[in-house]
Amino acid sequence: MSSYSITEPSRGMKWTAGLLVVAYALITLLPLLWIMATGFKSTNDAIAYPPKVFFEPTLEGYVNLFTIQNRASAEQLAENPATTWYDRIVQDKGMVISGPSRFGEMFMNSVIIGFGSTFLSVVLGTLAAYAFSRFRVPLKDDLMFFILSTRMMPPIAVAIPIFLMFRAVGLSDTHAGMILLYTAVNLSLAVWLLKGFIDEIPREYEEAALIDGYTRFQAFVKVVLPQAATGIASTAIFCLIFAWNEYAFAVLLTSGNAQTAPPFIPTIIGNTGRDWPAVAAGATIFLVPVMVFTILLRKHLLRGITFGAVRK
Amino acid sequence: MAEIVIENIRKEFGAFTAVQSSSFRIEDGEFFMLLGPSGCGKTTTLRMIAGLELPTSGQIYIDGEEVGRKPASQRDIAFVFQMFALYPHMNVRRNISYPLVSQGMPRALIREKVAEVARILGIEDILDRPVGGLSGGDRQRVALGRAIVRNPKCFLMDEPLGALDAEFRERMAEELRALHDRMGATTVYVTHDQLEAMQMGDKIVVMNHGVVEQFGVPQDLYDWPATMFVAQFLGSPPMNFLRFDGQFAPGSASITLGDAVIEVPPQREGAQGALALGVRPEHVRLDDSAALRGHVIAAEYLGTTQIVTLSTPQGEVKARIPASRLVRPGQTTGLAFDARTLTLFDVAGGRALRSAANERVLADG
Repeated sequence: MSSYSITEPSRGMKWTAGLLVVAYALITLLPLLWIMATGFKSTNDAIAYPPKVFFEPTLEGYVNLFTIQNRASAEQLAENPATTWYDRIVQDKGMVISGPSRFGEMFMNSVIIGFGSTFLSVVLGTLAAYAFSRFRVPLKDDLMFFILSTRMMPPIAVAIPIFLMFRAVGLSDTHAGMILLYTAVNLSLAVWLLKGFIDEIPREYEEAALIDGYTRFQAFVKVVLPQAATGIASTAIFCLIFAWNEYAFAVLLTSGNAQTAPPFIPTIIGNTGRDWPAVAAGATIFLVPVMVFTILLRKHLLRGITFGAVRK
Repeated sequence: MAEIVIENIRKEFGAFTAVQSSSFRIEDGEFFMLLGPSGCGKTTTLRMIAGLELPTSGQIYIDGEEVGRKPASQRDIAFVFQMFALYPHMNVRRNISYPLVSQGMPRALIREKVAEVARILGIEDILDRPVGGLSGGDRQRVALGRAIVRNPKCFLMDEPLGALDAEFRERMAEELRALHDRMGATTVYVTHDQLEAMQMGDKIVVMNHGVVEQFGVPQDLYDWPATMFVAQFLGSPPMNFLRFDGQFAPGSASITLGDAVIEVPPQREGAQGALALGVRPEHVRLDDSAALRGHVIAAEYLGTTQIVTLSTPQGEVKARIPASRLVRPGQTTGLAFDARTLTLFDVAGGRALRSAANERVLADG
């Protein structure tokens, strides 16, 4: 037997491909690394020209992000000696901490709204996709096109009507309102993606379960859902990324109570417009949940992105 | 175990009629074959028995109870799918025990039953393996295990050997038949393979275009087909048709093909117009003195026998004769038939004419 194979690439090819991938990863990751680095710079280092690649790290940006500070006189500083490391960072600049900033609150809003709308989109999307995939729905193709067509319109095009409706029904600046809105926007994508996945699950699995004595709903939960896990995971990632990053509606419809992190982060820069480390710190923390979520579901994501490409 | 009665069952999908008022009876303990070409309605019929499709009209009785409108889960039947449909996220043991779990059977009892089924099927060593890596034959055994573990009223199988390699198919066919004989369970088996149907079935129903063409034991269907479709669908090569225009009265025992007078079984009904004489290839003899002449086109050597293709004024005829006989293309010879095996068909209606030889079979079907 010969070991020659036309599908197995040579060693040289593998090395070249590997290097290309690493180079591409570096190029795409560089802005992220720069943001993370900026978060640990001092204010002066952050805006230094030429840019500083090596610098003395400080947590000043993070402290500024999470606290509200006031200028203090020398006597005031002397009366309240710094007791913690973050007090010390602030007092070195001649300031005192007067309280926590609202970043934590806004971050939690992002978590509630992002994950809430993702959960709703995926649950409703799975049920709808299952029905479209399995049942004889009248006007099925037209309905599917109608669902898709809601995706063709840029959501911001309906911002003003939505603003007026939200004000009229009291949904402005509420968590429920934002969850509903993001769910509405994401649902079309969720239904379409999930229908593709569920279409690929042979009906025989459910039929076998029906014959084995299970109800249609039990068959759905015990047989279809585990099979659709990949699709559900990748759909969830797409929905979360949209809801998490959404800026325009968040600016328009939220102000204090339900404001998410994206509209809040730019306001951190402060009156002087110099506090880039705090902005970078906010951006870094903001990135973490999506990163963790994506890494947790990554093995599903790859199959999700290429779904339908290869028939098993 | 149970007897299954199908009465005037009909299934429409929109404007398309998949099954048109079919009726037949499956006796208790029978290995019953639903045979036909793809799209003939055999799978739809099976799915209606299973409860995976609801009939548009008609009744289905399992064990005397009308179940046509009952959901599959309440019919107490087992179904073996062509693609096996093993739950891919479970291992072999869980697949087999799944129907028992739904009944709320205690765990210890489930374990015992699964072990027993695994022993019957010889799959004890793979019980804890995931189903993904199994060979086709093992998957098939697991699918059977899932079916028999419940002791259902009957087994329904939709081309269960269709997805297997040729060599495995033969073995699984034997295993299936042996399993059936051992358990004595009523089995309804869908196939498009006439050899499989004749090899395994106690009874066969042949369907075409949603209609039951004939129903009976394999020998009767093969020897005395009720329609030209059955005559051609069973047998390889299929039954020959010598087409001719003619007429005869009830009671006549011969027909005229060109110059030749051919003896046939005494006819019970008269006929006229476009007719066909049906003869199986193995009932054709090459006889130089016979009046019906044919011209040899080809001879295929098959080991013990050979298939000789002859052209006659009434159409092409294939004869299965011993391989020892020397036949050359281009040669002209006479064809003789065994009179007791012949069937006459009415070409317009495609049905067999009744004669002394086939009236018993046609009366049943």
